[in-house]
Amino acid sequence: MSVDLELDRRTLDFRAEVRAWLAENVPDKPLDSFDTAAGFEQHREWEARLADARLSVVAWPEEFGGRDASLLEWVIFEEEYYAARAPGRVNQNGIFMLAPTLFTHGTPEQQRRILPKMARSDQVWAQAWSEPDAGSDIASLRSTATRTDDGWLLSGQKTWSSRATFADAAFGLFRSDPDSERHRGLTYLMFDLRADGVRVRPIPQLDGETGFAEIFLDDVFVPDSDVIGEPGDGWRVAMTTANNERGLSLRSPGRFLAAANRLLDLWQREGDPADTALAERVADAWIDARAYQLYTFETVTRLAEGGELGPESSVNKLFWSTLDLDLHETALDVLGPEAELRGDWLDGWLFSLAGPIYGGTDQVQRNTIAERLLGLPRGPR
Amino acid sequence: MRFTVSPEQRDFAASIEDLLRDVDTPTVVRAWARGEHQPGLALWRRLAELGVTALAGPEEHDGIGASAVDLAVAIEVLGRHAVPGPVVESIAAVPVLLADSGDTRWLPGLAAGELIGTLAWPPQVPYALDADIADVRLCVSDGRLHEFTPGEPLSSVDSARRLSAVDVTVDRGTAKAGRTWRYGVLACAAQLLGAGRRLLGMSVEYATQRSQYGNPIGGYQAVKHLLADVVTQLELARPLLYGAAVSLDARHATAERDVSAARVACADAACLAARTALQVHGAIGYTAEHDLSLWLTKVRALRSAWGTQSWHRRRVLTALLNERRAA
Repeated sequence: MSVDLELDRRTLDFRAEVRAWLAENVPDKPLDSFDTAAGFEQHREWEARLADARLSVVAWPEEFGGRDASLLEWVIFEEEYYAARAPGRVNQNGIFMLAPTLFTHGTPEQQRRILPKMARSDQVWAQAWSEPDAGSDIASLRSTATRTDDGWLLSGQKTWSSRATFADAAFGLFRSDPDSERHRGLTYLMFDLRADGVRVRPIPQLDGETGFAEIFLDDVFVPDSDVIGEPGDGWRVAMTTANNERGLSLRSPGRFLAAANRLLDLWQREGDPADTALAERVADAWIDARAYQLYTFETVTRLAEGGELGPESSVNKLFWSTLDLDLHETALDVLGPEAELRGDWLDGWLFSLAGPIYGGTDQVQRNTIAERLLGLPRGPR
Repeated sequence: MRFTVSPEQRDFAASIEDLLRDVDTPTVVRAWARGEHQPGLALWRRLAELGVTALAGPEEHDGIGASAVDLAVAIEVLGRHAVPGPVVESIAAVPVLLADSGDTRWLPGLAAGELIGTLAWPPQVPYALDADIADVRLCVSDGRLHEFTPGEPLSSVDSARRLSAVDVTVDRGTAKAGRTWRYGVLACAAQLLGAGRRLLGMSVEYATQRSQYGNPIGGYQAVKHLLADVVTQLELARPLLYGAAVSLDARHATAERDVSAARVACADAACLAARTALQVHGAIGYTAEHDLSLWLTKVRALRSAWGTQSWHRRRVLTALLNERRAA
């Protein structure tokens, strides 16, 4: 057998279990947005229920609340999760960005202390990458970590920090060697968002909700035990996380297939069959979502056979960010004059607008693809 | 679940690749376009020695009865090298059509590369490719299988595609053609993907060598970003092609939908590769003398051979909506 898209018995059983549990447990009425105070707590409770069923972090080892699920099982889980319209993952920064870093670079003590609480969302994480003058060029960051007894004092400003308004803690890079430049002399640290010296200023987004925030830090104490990896080695440590965010983890194919299927429902209900141009865009949305699913199966196979994610993760990111936007714009065009009214499709569209920006802009991804996948000369930035 | 071609398939592709790399295909293509078919037919016979022309035919008639995945693997390589002749028709569609229709006389000859087949299928495929040199000339029309004699020769944008109108002569009975259509569309998509990858390769090579304003043009972001978009489209078209091949092999009910989706994606990706290739090459790419023109024109022709993009998109959508009504 050469190419094989069939699922084995074990994966089928797992899928059946997930599907049945979600059918039973996904709330009929959607939760409030997790970027509101009430919605945030609702989502925290939802995560605890998921954790009770050991479904919140299926790919993790059992000792931290997972099931040691294979990459394929994880992809299948995500397909089911999105198809069931289950709540958004309030702790996705932690689960998909910080956790992979801890598994690779964290100490056993850090893993034991942090991961079980993350699995239940007893502790919800915000990311603190960007700074006012460090967006795509993250290596130009200026927030500092200064050595003190048994730890570090953090000062400076982070911005566009997703979930920071209501989250418990955050992670990011700080310049620990004041004489260093660029990627050198950075340290990867975790800090409590309620610690002395931390001030969080919510930033209302396009949709009016405070999905991200600025974080001001003024001599915030962080113990040595909250440094991940070696001091000064933060850039290398962070690259593990970056690759994860842009690659498989954060944007699973299930998300887009579920949206494409909802678009087909919408078209069936409300589409004008005489509008052939729009009909073709609906077809394209499904074709692209299917392509992304199969491309992910290729990636899963490659990784299962010992390969690496590599610069292909930028191909992933560029493709899904475009696909997501096109799909939602198509849905709004199907809705016609109803499109401007607040609703799921409009919310989805607003969210999709951010896709080509966060996690490395589409332009940064194209540079990576051109230089690392095609081997074109590295140029000035 | 294991979604990658096998080592054997990779070796098979490499053996075709080795053969074609040693042949100066652009010279063969240009000769074919002038009506000098001998070098091209000799190349087909060498491909036959590797088993390429026998892939789709059944074993009891000297074919290999290979999988659709094998077929896609092989035809992608032929597309990469712009092999002239009725690749889709003679290697994929006609053997399947003859086998399914129970008309087996020509199958051994086609498998051996001694006979060349062509096929018209109005309205999607109104003209027959290379009918002037084909030994087996078939036409599917209104559910009937016909033989035809080539009518008026027509000029294609791809001068190596020698088309002719179809004058139907002999009715050979009911055409069992459902699978034939799917194999033809799959092969067309595979050829487009191969051509697109070659266009990307030529563009990357040229952008690395060609300097302007003191730098290789491939170092400029404007050029890099064009090429990054091309590789992204091609990378995401490939899994649709092989996913469709798997559907064909498993005789899934979704096979027709899947081959159409693959053709849409492969044709769009190849056309983006072609337009970008021309832009990256600049004026030299606009000349008939440069080999780029051979792939550029072939991609345009293949895009509307075996169904237009709109036709395939409608097929995909109709199939999806029918699946939902049935569910």
